[in-house]
Amino acid sequence: MTISVTLIVQMVGFALLIFFVNRVLWGPLTAMMARRQKRIADGLAAAEEGRRALDRAHEQEEEILKLARERAAEILDHAERRARGLVDEARERAQQEGEQMIALLRAEAATERTRMREALRHDVARLALLGAERVVQREVDARLHEDLLQQVMEQL
Amino acid sequence: MKHPITYMTEHLKNLTVGHGFWSFQLDTIGISWALGALIVATGWWVGRRLDEDHPAGLQNGLEAVVEFVDDQIQGIFAVKDPLIGPLALTVFVWVFLMNMMDELPVDLLPTVAGWFGIRHFRSTPTADPYTTLGMALCVFLLTLAYNVRHKGLLAYLKGYLVHPFGPYLFPFNILMSVVEELAKPLSLGLRLFGNMFAGELVFLLIALLPWWFAWIPGTAWGIFHLLIITLQAFIFMILTIMYLAMAAAEEGGAH
Repeated sequence: MTISVTLIVQMVGFALLIFFVNRVLWGPLTAMMARRQKRIADGLAAAEEGRRALDRAHEQEEEILKLARERAAEILDHAERRARGLVDEARERAQQEGEQMIALLRAEAATERTRMREALRHDVARLALLGAERVVQREVDARLHEDLLQQVMEQL
Repeated sequence: MKHPITYMTEHLKNLTVGHGFWSFQLDTIGISWALGALIVATGWWVGRRLDEDHPAGLQNGLEAVVEFVDDQIQGIFAVKDPLIGPLALTVFVWVFLMNMMDELPVDLLPTVAGWFGIRHFRSTPTADPYTTLGMALCVFLLTLAYNVRHKGLLAYLKGYLVHPFGPYLFPFNILMSVVEELAKPLSLGLRLFGNMFAGELVFLLIALLPWWFAWIPGTAWGIFHLLIITLQAFIFMILTIMYLAMAAAEEGGAH
């Protein structure tokens, strides 16, 4: 066997084929497989992350629920206390108002009584005076009349 | 019927154009380049419609082959290298396809060629040492380049002096190292050539048997030869990766 151009042609063919295989077969296929591998890995990581987020959300949910329950109890308690307070206050005020009213009425009645007594006294004095005038058969003069009336009224 | 010896020698002659250095063996070149073109065309065809989510048909097969080759590389090659992948894939697929030409009936292509007035035609490019030694030579040149690139020229040449017997026996070392280095491409090319040539020879011998009997050993040898075909393609690829991995190793493994 001697070295012939066939050997060189085959070497060139081999080199060319390596180049083209890299270009059309190895390159695209490995790139695609790497992409797919990365996507699968990413997907798994995302699923894991999602599960962790779900766990966190569950925890948070429980925490929030607990907080809400506490807060509701607090609000209820507060409202109850407030309602009781309101009722007490209203009762107190009503009582106060009633007492005030009674006092007022009592005062009014007292004034009325004094006024009526005064009027009565006046009337009696006048009647008495009138009676006296009848008795003495003459008019007591105006000035004297007033003084007499005053005196009688004070005596009554 | 022709004399058996005539039949054999006629079948073992290549379709050659030109003389001496300028002799083109057109059958070897034509079939190997056609198979190479087939690989490129298939790759182009599949590569154009790559489907990342729903791989089907040929894409699955090619993905499996690429993954298989990549696995071999990952196991042997320590450093990341952009050339070794396509190189190993090319070696495996191309050698496999060229070897497969041996499975065609041994008289098929020569007979067809005969209709066009071609007297000699050999259908298996890897049964021609020019193909196998040409590939082995390419691998050898690549190992040289890798050695120089990864170890540095001086360190690489120093390996010839001190290996395997230490610095005091350096003339002997040079001889041993050169023989060792040259034996690699030679054995790589000749192993494949020898296997395919022997396979072809056995098919030719079987073809000399009477036609009503020849199919029995023909089938048996054909099935057995499938194993050899695949194995030799695999061995060529693995050795290519290993030689280059040794060359790319930072230190020590020059030989």
